[in-house]
Amino acid sequence: MVVFDKPHALIDVPLHYCPGCTHGIIHRLVAEVIDELGIEGRTIGIAPVGCSVMAYNYFNCDMIEAAHGRAPAVATGVKRADPENHVVFTYQGDGDLASIGMAETVHAAARNENITIIFINNAIYGMTGGQMAPTSLPGQVTQTSPYGRDPKVCGYPIKVCEMLSELEGPEYLERVTVNNVKNVKNAKRAIKKAFQNQIDGKGFSLVEVLSACPTNWGMTPEKALQWIDDKMIPYYPLGVYKDRSAEKEDK
Amino acid sequence: MADKVLMKGNEAIAEAALIAGCRHYFGYPITPQTEVAAYMAKRMPKIGGTFLQAESEIAAINMVYGVASAGYRVMTSSSSPGISLKGEGLSYLAGADLPALVVNVQRGGPGLGGIQPSQSDYFQATRGGGHGDYHMIVLAPASVQEMAELTVKGFELADKYRMTSMILADGTMGQMMEPVALDLDVQPAPEKPWATTGTKMAREHNIINSLSLVPEELEKFNFDRYERYKKVEENETRWEEYMMDDAEICIAAFGIAARVSKNAINQARKEGIKVGMIRPITLWPFPKAPFLASTAHVKQYISVELSMGQMIEDVRLATECKAPCTLVNRAGGMIPSPEQVLEAIRKANQNGGNN
Repeated sequence: MVVFDKPHALIDVPLHYCPGCTHGIIHRLVAEVIDELGIEGRTIGIAPVGCSVMAYNYFNCDMIEAAHGRAPAVATGVKRADPENHVVFTYQGDGDLASIGMAETVHAAARNENITIIFINNAIYGMTGGQMAPTSLPGQVTQTSPYGRDPKVCGYPIKVCEMLSELEGPEYLERVTVNNVKNVKNAKRAIKKAFQNQIDGKGFSLVEVLSACPTNWGMTPEKALQWIDDKMIPYYPLGVYKDRSAEKEDK
Repeated sequence: MADKVLMKGNEAIAEAALIAGCRHYFGYPITPQTEVAAYMAKRMPKIGGTFLQAESEIAAINMVYGVASAGYRVMTSSSSPGISLKGEGLSYLAGADLPALVVNVQRGGPGLGGIQPSQSDYFQATRGGGHGDYHMIVLAPASVQEMAELTVKGFELADKYRMTSMILADGTMGQMMEPVALDLDVQPAPEKPWATTGTKMAREHNIINSLSLVPEELEKFNFDRYERYKKVEENETRWEEYMMDDAEICIAAFGIAARVSKNAINQARKEGIKVGMIRPITLWPFPKAPFLASTAHVKQYISVELSMGQMIEDVRLATECKAPCTLVNRAGGMIPSPEQVLEAIRKANQNGGNN
């Protein structure tokens, strides 16, 4: 008999996320993967600054809270402290990873640092109340782009997977989302692969998850999931952007 | 006594760190401390350690934060502008109570400044450097031998009190060569049950963190931390006194300024002037007690600094302004000469110790 239960790697406490936010789903997927791979006892997670800043209260493995954007550098230190035993992941939002922490992200990728990054792209700064993110879409209204993001003034959104895929370094880059059951299952597959790659010593693996922020998008949870389909995916197409091991097999 | 080897100050720091059991170094090139990184780049791969040239000073200090979280002895080194970049990380290390060693081989500032020696990061080092209430243990070597010894001591104190130790050297100390004995006593790192090394499914998860949104809690963390700082002040304050027994004039100087001053004091003593020196070895905690005690016989203090006068404020505080303190200084990468210091001593003496 299969009983639906909370993953062991997720602590049984109420999450602080808003109704309809998809952080909860993604937390659960990460925890399920940690359970299935049997790595909780040697996993160290790095929380970012942003909505998921308190992820250290939710994951049952050892956790570190990093400065804003610095999680890949902190992860580099933890991983290199004991590369044989430590499994290290960061969990970062778009402001953290693609704005203030872009240098740390790019260079960890360039070094093919053997870590796993779960990158939550919800096109907005959630924690501070809905400001323009590096991934906010052209025309998107936020608190700091009240007339819609104007690329002439503040440039274009950054497509992280596409950008990193130009580097020689990274092992695996994939963009997924969690706005329906099919996509959730696919996201879990990608997250599991990103952890398995690290265990196998393959190197830098990043999964970008398009995520909903109904509160700061000013939508119902249902409409927010639809907005991912209608607006985000056309700009940020889902799929594998780099999979070096698969490329090798193809050759 | 072991054989002595001729080493640059920067190399002595690197070798002493290895002797202290540090196997993780992260840095970014900047003059005049790059020899530390170069030495580590050569040695670490040979002994199974990690040398990594980070993409920035910010990344380097956060890599240090990661290794420190995992409980290993770890260090980074830089020079003034790079230390400013590390300021964020220094604050986080303090907030998370992590032990680490940070080396600042100072150069003249502000801004990009120059590449010649300076002591103008005294305020930054002794007051913390980043945001928030905190201190680092600041060690000021005045010889290549001390560069080595204080590096080991820095790791030990960092571990003992779960805080950052900073070696505050300068370009002269980093670049000069002297014989150094490397038979250094090392206290091995203590057990670190708080470290994030994986739960092994055998304990509750550990969390390394500096966030606390409940002000009552955050206040308590600050008060607790300052209780620990009090213990550091009680147990770890270090200084050297030179010819202080009968001194009526007292030089306050650290690092290269203390060496210059010693020459001037020796000359002044030949002229019959009762002058001595208190050389702080820990800049934080500052050796307040010997300064205050010296006010019983000292009539005039002279702070000799490679800055526009920063330590002088601590001298005035420590002596409770019971006697005047004047400044002899050069800045921007210039070093006071023994003659300049001697002249100040003579002048103080002519005024009967009252400048």
